[in-house]
Amino acid sequence: MSIAAPGRVEVDYAGSERLTMNMGPQHPSAHGVFRAILTLEGETVVGVDAVIGYLHRCHEKLSETLTYAQYPSIASKTDYVAAMTSEFAYVRAAEQIGKIEVPKRAQYLRVITSELQRVASHLLWLGTWCLDLGGALGGGATIFLYCIRERELILDLFESLVGARLLYGFYQVGGVRYDLPPGWAKTCRETVDLIDSRITEYERMLEDNPFFMARVQGVGYISRELAEDVGIAGPLLRGSGVNFDLRRADPYSSYDDFQFAVPVETAGDCFARYRVRMVEFRESLKIVRQALDGLPEGPISSRPGLKSVAQTRIPKGEAYARVEGARGEVGCYLIADGSAKPYRMKWRGASFSNLAVLPHIIPGHKVADVVAIMGSVDPVFGEVDR
Amino acid sequence: MTPAQARTLVSERFPAAQIEPPAEGAPVTVTVPPDQWFALARFAKDDLRCRFFSFLSAVDWKDQGLEVVARLDHLDDRVGLMMKTKLGPGVSACPSITPIFRGADWMEREAYDMFGIRFEGHPDLRRILLTDDWEGHPLLKSYAVDTPHPPYR
Amino acid sequence: MSESVMLVLVPFIVMNAVIGIVTYVTLLERKFAARMQSRIGPYRVGPHGLLQPIADAIKLMMKEDVVPTAADKPVYNLAPIVFLVPCMFIFATIPFAPGLGVADLNIGILFFLAISSMEIVGLFMAGWGSNNKYALLSAMRAVNQVISYDLPFIFASLVPVLLAGSLQLGDIAAAQSGLWFVFYPVIGQLAFIAFIASTVAAENRAPFDILEAESELVAGFRVEYSGMKFALIQLGEYTHVLGSSFLGALLFLGAWSGPGPEWLGPVWFLIKAMFVFLLVTWVRWSFVRIRVDQILALSWKALLPMTLLLLLATAFVVVWRTSGGA
Repeated sequence: MSIAAPGRVEVDYAGSERLTMNMGPQHPSAHGVFRAILTLEGETVVGVDAVIGYLHRCHEKLSETLTYAQYPSIASKTDYVAAMTSEFAYVRAAEQIGKIEVPKRAQYLRVITSELQRVASHLLWLGTWCLDLGGALGGGATIFLYCIRERELILDLFESLVGARLLYGFYQVGGVRYDLPPGWAKTCRETVDLIDSRITEYERMLEDNPFFMARVQGVGYISRELAEDVGIAGPLLRGSGVNFDLRRADPYSSYDDFQFAVPVETAGDCFARYRVRMVEFRESLKIVRQALDGLPEGPISSRPGLKSVAQTRIPKGEAYARVEGARGEVGCYLIADGSAKPYRMKWRGASFSNLAVLPHIIPGHKVADVVAIMGSVDPVFGEVDR
Repeated sequence: MTPAQARTLVSERFPAAQIEPPAEGAPVTVTVPPDQWFALARFAKDDLRCRFFSFLSAVDWKDQGLEVVARLDHLDDRVGLMMKTKLGPGVSACPSITPIFRGADWMEREAYDMFGIRFEGHPDLRRILLTDDWEGHPLLKSYAVDTPHPPYR
Repeated sequence: MSESVMLVLVPFIVMNAVIGIVTYVTLLERKFAARMQSRIGPYRVGPHGLLQPIADAIKLMMKEDVVPTAADKPVYNLAPIVFLVPCMFIFATIPFAPGLGVADLNIGILFFLAISSMEIVGLFMAGWGSNNKYALLSAMRAVNQVISYDLPFIFASLVPVLLAGSLQLGDIAAAQSGLWFVFYPVIGQLAFIAFIASTVAAENRAPFDILEAESELVAGFRVEYSGMKFALIQLGEYTHVLGSSFLGALLFLGAWSGPGPEWLGPVWFLIKAMFVFLLVTWVRWSFVRIRVDQILALSWKALLPMTLLLLLATAFVVVWRTSGGA
């Protein structure tokens, strides 16, 4: 992958000048801190050097100093847009090593919150993607505000459940921390029905619009082979024709109790990934309804009320636990040494692997497509940089 | 291909490899010496058809040296393969598997950044998460033990 | 009043009225967009936000005037003015009521179209004088786009000229006292649609605002402007939009004709112009933007041939009717 070093302008024998342009850490495509050094030949991008690490907080070192009860709240700060699934990977890894049983009610609550979180995350994705495509003063902003309005409903649900809107500490090793307050299930059902009807409206708004279709069809093609080679997962993988969803392939937390479809598209372009996520909206809402209907009674944690550090111990061992986050496979490779804190924790962030595909697919596109492709890859830099 | 078949194939091809005994829910875990690391990756991709590259990282085992860990997946048969190689005390070089899996590119850069492992054969080994002028490799157990923080272990 | 006093007073009144309407048109757009996005829009400054444009104007006037050191000073400073003046000039030929206007030239529409093309010069001067390669690139693209869409704009505007048989805007308005041109079977509607599409693009409004699309990377040609100069550029843009709305209302929607007494004419005119403006704004806040090459392809491959054919068809219709066909 040859790229021009930043600052050097090359003139090749055809006389065309290569311009190095910086899409700096601060730019209005609201995705976080990301720097792409683009090498342009006229209007076409010929090289991308992605510079990341602006949000690096060294979670992996930090986790070695925090107990298994303390870290889940910090884990949400990796993928802060879909915080519930971030915590899920860590607690699953700890439970796998310690062979800790999770009560059925806790498993269902985990499923409900994960799926609601997936819907909220996809709403933010749709809003910000349209914002990138259409501009802060234009049609994109309209869809953005509609999606944020719906996302607020879900965040209100989380607030009444956990007390926090964005970063929770809901998952604990052994179960969950809070139980449903009275009336929550009813509000949840109403919210789910409302969002279901609105998704149809947004689909029509976008897909009946030839401008939108012209912008996203045929753009950013990821082949199946490239997808598996780089290790991207989630809607990106399913948009390139691979039928792989961790909730089906490696069911965890009672996901095999629920009926839902896994959308797969073969086109591999931005439009395919968009279609996958739009179908995922509906499937997640279906799962939430089923989980609410079948919610069993019982305890919410098998290790409630830990009173001392010694009680948080996990026996020696190692495990790699993964969950299907909104962006793909979020994994936690945990090595426990018998004490209350991990020996080593490797966080496999979905967005880190997803972003690694950009230098392979962007060259050849126009500058305006860079933003469309980045939006369809949907990175969250908390996960990329950790 | 089942996990048992995978184990058999690996042990036939790599007699020097240590394979963990089968356990519930655990992937096929194979430990090879560093000189067979590249060959194992090639074997896993071409013969075992484990084409999905999940992650690559390292662990610092203090006196016993560094260990490089990678995970591959066979998506259709749902088989996970965990590859490990112990570099030995004082050694911080390892063959790169970027020519085989393009996803190893950024993962190896991160392992270099955090542990100081030089991957031979990597096309562009430079720091990825930290700034280029950073000194030291943070995830090593010997890093910053004298700072007034909760004790790193 | 003497002739010379009228000659100065009328344009002065018209210019001030136009600036006044333009400032409140910005508030109208913000409120309209807000309602579309299920929010309220400016609300606090004055009752229901009615003093918001005044507050914005005062803020912009009080801002520090920052000029880049390496900028080409004369070009940089003159650009907003060169951009604004043609935009205001277009109001000279528009009659607001039969006989009421600054100058109802007998080549009215030709003057309008010619003058409105001159803002491209101001736009390019702004991009060049900023000494900023991104401003220059975006200005070059904007010039490309405006020139491409001026042609369909002209041809679509010529359809009512053919139907009315005169270049004078007063005559075109008067010719619609029976049937508004937009209701003309097929030709009228197609011409109106082509007019709206090319006016949206010629004014750099979304979904053809590649000027602002640079915001995804950097800001457009006005990146180096702040304070009053920026206010002049914004004023110029909105004046142009308003001018095109007035033109659209005059060419297609019958200008001042409407039920009620004579003196209600200008009010109807304003209402129709606002309708055209809101149509353009509605499009702006609903669509995502398309790429540069797609915009230019749309103009040269679709809109231009369509308006040419439309003009030809109109010519045939006019000849057929005047030669006595039923």
